[in-house]
Amino acid sequence: MVNVPEVVLQSVDKRYRTGAAALEGISFEVERGEFVAFLGPSGCGKSTLLRLVSGLSAATSGSVRVNGMTPDNARELMSFIFQDSTLMPWRTVAENVGLSLELEHAAPPLRSERVDRMLNLVGLTHVARRYPRELSGGMKMRVSIARALASRPRILLLDEPFAALDEMTRDRMNEELLRLYEEQKWTVLFVTHSVAEAVFLSTRIVILSSNPGRIAHDVAVDLPWPRTAEIRDSLVFEQTVTGVSRLLRGVMQA
Amino acid sequence: MSRRTWVLINSAVLLLCLLGLWQAVVSLKHLPAYMLPGPTLVAVAIEERFPSLMKSLLITAEEAGGGLLASIIVGMTVAMVFAQWTWLRQLVYPYTILLQTVPIVAVAPLIINWVGPGLIAVSTVTFVICLAPIIANTTQGLISVDDNLIHLFVMHKATPAQILFKLRLPNSLPNLFTGIRISAGISVIGGLTGELFAGSAQVGEGGLGYAITYANNQMETSYMFALVLAATLLGFSFFFIVMFLEWMALHNWHESKRADVGE
Ligand SMILES: Nc1ncnc2c1ncn2[C@@H]1O[C@H](COP(=O)(O)OP(=O)(O)O)[C@@H](O)[C@H]1O
Ligand SMILES: [Mg+2]
Repeated sequence: MVNVPEVVLQSVDKRYRTGAAALEGISFEVERGEFVAFLGPSGCGKSTLLRLVSGLSAATSGSVRVNGMTPDNARELMSFIFQDSTLMPWRTVAENVGLSLELEHAAPPLRSERVDRMLNLVGLTHVARRYPRELSGGMKMRVSIARALASRPRILLLDEPFAALDEMTRDRMNEELLRLYEEQKWTVLFVTHSVAEAVFLSTRIVILSSNPGRIAHDVAVDLPWPRTAEIRDSLVFEQTVTGVSRLLRGVMQA
Repeated sequence: MSRRTWVLINSAVLLLCLLGLWQAVVSLKHLPAYMLPGPTLVAVAIEERFPSLMKSLLITAEEAGGGLLASIIVGMTVAMVFAQWTWLRQLVYPYTILLQTVPIVAVAPLIINWVGPGLIAVSTVTFVICLAPIIANTTQGLISVDDNLIHLFVMHKATPAQILFKLRLPNSLPNLFTGIRISAGISVIGGLTGELFAGSAQVGEGGLGYAITYANNQMETSYMFALVLAATLLGFSFFFIVMFLEWMALHNWHESKRADVGE
């Protein structure tokens, strides 16, 4: 079998009906197992990019392939995690996590077993019967992650998932996400506006410029694995952050 | 003593004072009973005519309740159709607003003309005035769903039916109950108005509205007071039933029903 890259975009343009081009001439490949962070000024098309990959929105021209298929056909492989936890307030934590399995009509025993495992994975077994309004922001985000993982995706698309959290919670969520990533070996496309977060998490950082959104830089992150919280204090981490910040500033000023 | 008991006691004392004042005015001014009967006379009227009062109350409850129930069922169905087909909603929705401005006293005789007098006619009048708030509120709840939740359902290949019943409908529950609360309040008015035109085919068989017309013609003012009281109580009990159902449906999860709010 030929080794197909997990995600391939070729000269993709996206133009919304309402305005100018959101994305122009976007081409890149993501190999299986890569953790790619996307940085760029707000409005440069990062969310649009993820929506194109997920198939929620269609490219105006160019081609998007996920595991060699159209995004529509590759939906089972992907899960999307949004900036807000977007939980359904009328469902308990466990019912929220079980959503995808319920929509697929999975057998109830399988469903509850998988839900239990996901809740255990994100450390929320003790609030399974609670409703979202009773949870803190960080817990809600963990529920959202558990829900995304319940369908056993190979590819995770995350759109500024921790932007609404305080810094400490955010750091902890980053560490948990990495722990799961090293365990599960997904391919991850991660949009953020925090350089430190991008450097800490990813194997590669793509920086977009705006009006229209294009790829300005594509740099590898050479930090050792496994990544622990201590890495944030290391010199090489700081140097990488400084370097990426400089690139990003260049894009912002242009 | 808890704050709530204290409030209850105060309300009861206030009520007694008002009743006392009412009786005093009637006795001291020697007002004739057909002008303003005192509370004791009203009490006597209630006691003497309790069976027919109850009968009227039940008839009106049935008419108003039936119309309200029908408006909830039809209103929800219409709202779900609107949520499913945007173009249809844009086409038809303005006319449902028109429904709200229909002068019911002008339309009631027409309805009775078509349906024939009796329970069905009165329920239909109630149904007509209860429908618009249900449609408007439920539609609002069905269409104001977080875009990302829709995306989530689409990503997991949800069918349109799954999106409607697992996402839009639960999302619309708080709005639906707002609509039902409004409609429950006006359903009694609908029942009374309907009866003014088509209370009953037989004398003495009608609901509260019919009995009010009858008592008015007979100058039985104290019985009229009793009937007004019964109509008010009916509206109140509808309201409480709806509040209770709303609490049952929402208290687990909805922000407005948090147990600790205001404590
Ligand atoms: N659904 C949409 N319809 C029309 N324009 C949109 C839509 N979504 C995004 N845009 C526009 O496309 C551009 C990129 O938006 P977005 O992808 O959300 O940027 P980012 O996530 O990087 O902030 C912006 O100018 C935005 O206004
Ligand atoms: Mg965005």
